[in-house]
Order: sequence, then structure tokens, then C-alpha cells
Amino acid sequence: MLVVKNIDVYYGKINAVRRASLHVSEGEIVALIGGNGAGKTTMLNTISGLIRAFGGSILYDGQDITKQPPDRIVQMGISHVPEGRLVFKPMSTEDNLLLGSFSRYSLGKRREIENDREQVYSIFPILKERRRQPAGTLSGGEQQMLAIGRALMAKPKLLLLDEPSMGLAPFIIKEIFRHILELRNRFGLTVLLVEQNARNALRIADSGYVLETGRVVLQGQAEDLLANRDVQRAYLGRDLDTEMDVQ
Amino acid sequence: MYWEPEKETMDRGDLEQLQLERLQATLSRVYRNVPFYRQKFDEFGVEPDDFRSLNDLRKLPFTTKEDLRNSYPYGMFAVPLREVVRIHASSGTTGTSTVAGYTKNDIKTWSNLVARILTAGGVTKDDVIQIAFGYGLFTGGFGLHYGAERVGASVIPTSSGNTARQVKIMQDFKTTALICTPSYALLLADAISEMGINVNSLSLRYGLFGAEPWSEGMRTEIQDRLKITATDNYGLSEVIGPGVAGECLERQGLHISEDHFLVEVVNPDTLEPIRLGETGEMVITSLTKEAFPVIRYRTRDLARLITEPCPCGRKFMKMSRVMGRSDDMLIIKGVNVFPSQIEAVLFAIEGTEPHYQIIVDRKGALDDVTVLVEASETIFFDEMKKQNKLITLIKKNLASELGISVNVKLVEKKTLERTEGKAKRVIDLRKL
Repeated sequence: MLVVKNIDVYYGKINAVRRASLHVSEGEIVALIGGNGAGKTTMLNTISGLIRAFGGSILYDGQDITKQPPDRIVQMGISHVPEGRLVFKPMSTEDNLLLGSFSRYSLGKRREIENDREQVYSIFPILKERRRQPAGTLSGGEQQMLAIGRALMAKPKLLLLDEPSMGLAPFIIKEIFRHILELRNRFGLTVLLVEQNARNALRIADSGYVLETGRVVLQGQAEDLLANRDVQRAYLGRDLDTEMDVQ
Repeated sequence: MYWEPEKETMDRGDLEQLQLERLQATLSRVYRNVPFYRQKFDEFGVEPDDFRSLNDLRKLPFTTKEDLRNSYPYGMFAVPLREVVRIHASSGTTGTSTVAGYTKNDIKTWSNLVARILTAGGVTKDDVIQIAFGYGLFTGGFGLHYGAERVGASVIPTSSGNTARQVKIMQDFKTTALICTPSYALLLADAISEMGINVNSLSLRYGLFGAEPWSEGMRTEIQDRLKITATDNYGLSEVIGPGVAGECLERQGLHISEDHFLVEVVNPDTLEPIRLGETGEMVITSLTKEAFPVIRYRTRDLARLITEPCPCGRKFMKMSRVMGRSDDMLIIKGVNVFPSQIEAVLFAIEGTEPHYQIIVDRKGALDDVTVLVEASETIFFDEMKKQNKLITLIKKNLASELGISVNVKLVEKKTLERTEGKAKRVIDLRKL
């Protein structure tokens, strides 16, 4: 569904992503893990067109989207849930959701969009309760649900999720991850998930990529990555000092 | 029957993307973790980041058996030793042995790859598999064992040796699938007839053979005598062990597990890539191995790639059976001769047994080759005339196949040494 080939991204002279290649098949949850500054967010921003790649190509459903503007990419079916949720805080929950449908909005589609909104409410009932509240008054978990709901309003086939668990309490994280699984299982969404919380991400993912200083250093089935000692040490929180090299 | 249909029938474009991703990740890891590769890449002025297409592989230096030996024992490992859960070593028949390490994930990958070739060769979880490969440092025994357990079959780890007991177990335990070297399969066939056992009373149905080059003639012989479907499989400990490639029941070449190994075929002299479909030396790069990745490893095995689609539906490219080894290649009177060519000629001739030995010597300045062939009893006890006729026929056929004349000597059945592992076919007495 999504095929990224040899993407290079620079910030000034800094090479943030180096000839990175990855693919996401339809109906899959793919996790992109790695430490701070590994290039995970840059990767997502490049896919959704917010940053231009210096080299390489991005194919979505067989079409080259490398040079497409972000709004066109949303229309094609890729929605991006940015890091830190970025909801519009003074606006109501409901208005935030409606904003998500901007790319296909027209007067004739009002009914359809209302139906979609109701569907988002059925997935996240708490958002319905908070519909008139300014988004800024929602809890972190609720804001995350709102950000996901807003992305769903564009009727995507592929959802890009950037650090959905960031700053949330453990039991809320669990709930968010359960929702991500549900989106795939019940609604057939394909998900590319960027996470620092590697263990949780790999548990719900089918496959994954490990990024290090802009390079993909590992790729494989999620369960194999979970079992990989390199990954365990670097991202799953094993004690580094007791694992020193013996070679 | 496929073991992993979604992989084995993968579309070529998807496969190439997967190969590229895995190659790039492997290169980043070996450059970071294996001093040998880092040094070699630096020497060649290549950076792992330069790799943007599978064709770029050609910019990389080859890795040879010599390189592996120089890093004996652990120098090629890309992970700390504590992450290695298994260590195998090659037989070392031609020098210092080379050491292969496996992480937990590597063992899982390997078992899976072997499960693929077992499934391709007809084995299911309902089979009773007798593994007569040596269990030990050699990858054959344990490699097939783990794969067979993965399939869910009932595994009998008889290991190699004690032929009479092998036959008894085969009979009593109702073995349905046999795994060993092709030469040992023939030895077992001999033992079965000597023990007066009717082959039809056995439960054997499939045989998966590997670890040494063999011929189509040998396959026919094994299939006829053991009443089984015999398939060929390929692997080497430096690359992972058995499971690199294996035949499906079509028996028209071995499907390479291309999602885990990149295979190139090069001219063994010039090391240049050769035209697709022509015979040359197989060069293999591992794409998923963690502990002991190899980049462009020169296998010394000679084979060719088969690109025609296979009726079995697998999309993986096939390789021909191994025709010989580039370092087994005998240069006799300036002509390249492979033992497998001699074997193929012998198998086609009525009245000979499938056991032979090639003795190369030098008389004065000239190479002199004698092929010892076991004759079937019936002919040997007949008059000289018949014997001479047979010898003349063999000589003539060998000369037309090889392009040089060789001596042929008939010996009595059972006089040539039998081995339980890899057969020793060539004795080179020349001091070169």
C-alpha cells in the first residue's frame, strides 16, 4: 500500500533520514521505533508531504506522492495524527472533529459528514460527552482520542500516528493502543505507528522498523524485534550497564 | 503445499522492496558491528548509505572462506557472544573450520526456512522423519531437526552411522520420510536389499537429500530403489545451513528463499556477473541473519539460476542442482573437469554401480586420470570380452563428455570405500 524507497531528508546540513526504505501492506499495523532524533517523526512528516524529501520516492497505492502537496495526500487517503495531538484548544471538541473533514467538505456532503462524526462518537463515546467543551479542557488521553477522531473524519485508508502514548498515564496508554487495534480490526485501517514506547507498539504491530540516526538498522516481524536483544537493550528498557559487550 | 504462502508466492516487486529494506538494514548493522566489514568497505570506498538499489551490491567486496577462517572463531559475529544461543562449525575437511553463530531469532528463522523446504518436498505434520545427518557441529542434523519439529512431524534423530540399525528403525518405526546425503541413501538401499527386506513393505514415501552434489541419474536410482519421491535441497553452514534452497515436487530446480538470501551468479575466474541462466559460482548475501551475517559470500558451488515460472506456484527463483564446486574443479590436461560430469556419464550406463572414485596422478609431465567404477556382479563374473566392451563404452562416453581421455578400471562391487557422510569422490595424487 505504501512503499518508501531510499528517502533522504535534510534539515539544513543535517541528514535526518538516510536512504531509508520501508513498506506498509494493506491492513497491517507497522511500528517505527527508535530513540530521540532517530528520524521517526521526520519520516512521517515526509510521507504526509509536510517536509520534502531530498531524494528517494514514496509510492501510495502505486502512485508517486513524493511531490504531492499535503492536502492532496490527505484526499488520497493518508491522515496524519501529529505528535503532541495539536488540537485547536479554544475550539469545541465537535468543531475540531469537523475540521478534520475539510478536505472533502461541501454543502452537499453535510449529511454524510454528520454520519461520520456520529461514527467517531461511537468509537470514542467520551468525545460525544465533551462535544461542546473547548478541546483545551480535555485530558491528555481525551485529546489524543480527539486527534485520532479528527484524522478519521478525512476518511483515511492509511493512518499515520506519531507518538500517541506520549505523556499519558499507563492505563490510558493501554486504552489508546486498544483503540488503534480496533481501528484496524473493525474498520480495516492500515496504520503506521511511530512510538518511543516500543514494547507496546511492537505488541500490537505486525511488523516493525528500528531507526537509528536516520537509518533503518533492523526490520522484521514485530515478535522477532521484541525478541531481539539489541532492541531490548536500546528501546525496551533493559539495564544497559548489565549488558555490556563481552566481545 | 506451501509453508508460508504469503512469502513463497510473493509478487516480484514486493519481494524486491523487502530485499532492499533488509539489505540496507543488514549493511548498516555489519558496518557498525563487524570490524572486518567496516575495514573492507572503507578500503573499497563504499559507504553503507550508498546502497540504493539491489544492483549496488556489486560495488561490495566478496567475502571468502579465507576471510572467515582469518576471523576464527568469533570475528565475524555481529552481536555480542552472550546473544548467541547456538554455535556450529563447518567440517573443516579442507582446512581450519569456520564458525557459525545463531541468535534466538536466527534459530527461529532457520527452522522456518527448513520447514519451507520440507513442505516443498512433500513432508507434512503427519510424517515420521528419520534424520540420518550427523548431529553435532555439522549444521545438517540440527538444522533439519528443528525444521521438522516446526512442521510438526514426528522426528527420529537417528544421526548418521550404524546402517543396519537405521534400516531396522526405518522398518519398525514406520519412517515415511528420509533425510540424509544422497550417497548414504544408496548405501541404505544396499543394506535394505542385503537384509532381505522388501522395500515395498517399508512406509517410506519421501526423501530429502543434500549436503553433497548429486545427479539426475542418482535421483532416478534412489527413487527406484527406495520407492520414494526424492528432492534436492541446498544450504551451507557459512550462509545458515540447510534451508537456503529446496526443490518442490516438480523436481525441476531448487527454490531459493529469496526473502532471506540474495543470490548472484558470477564467473569464478573473473568474478564478473554472468548472463542469467548460465552456470557460475553462487555468491550469497544474507538478508535477515543477526549473529553471523555474510555479505557476498563466495560459496564455490557452481549452479545456474532458473527464471522460468514453476508450476508449483512459488514465485521464488530456482537454482539448478549444484554441478560441482569451483574448488573441486579438476584441471586435467588443461581442461576443466567436474566429478559430477563423470558421475552423470556413469549413471547413464547399464552394468555399473553408482559408486566410483576418480584418481588423478601425474605421469612425467602429463596428467593421468583413472576412474574406478564398481561393476554389477552379473557382468563381472562374465567373460573378459564383456568387461572390455563395458570399459570401452565408458571410456568413449567419458571422452565425449569431458573432451579428454581417461583410464577406466572396473572393480568388484563393494570394494570402494563407503562413507556415512559426504562421499569422497576424488583422490588427487599430483604434487602441484
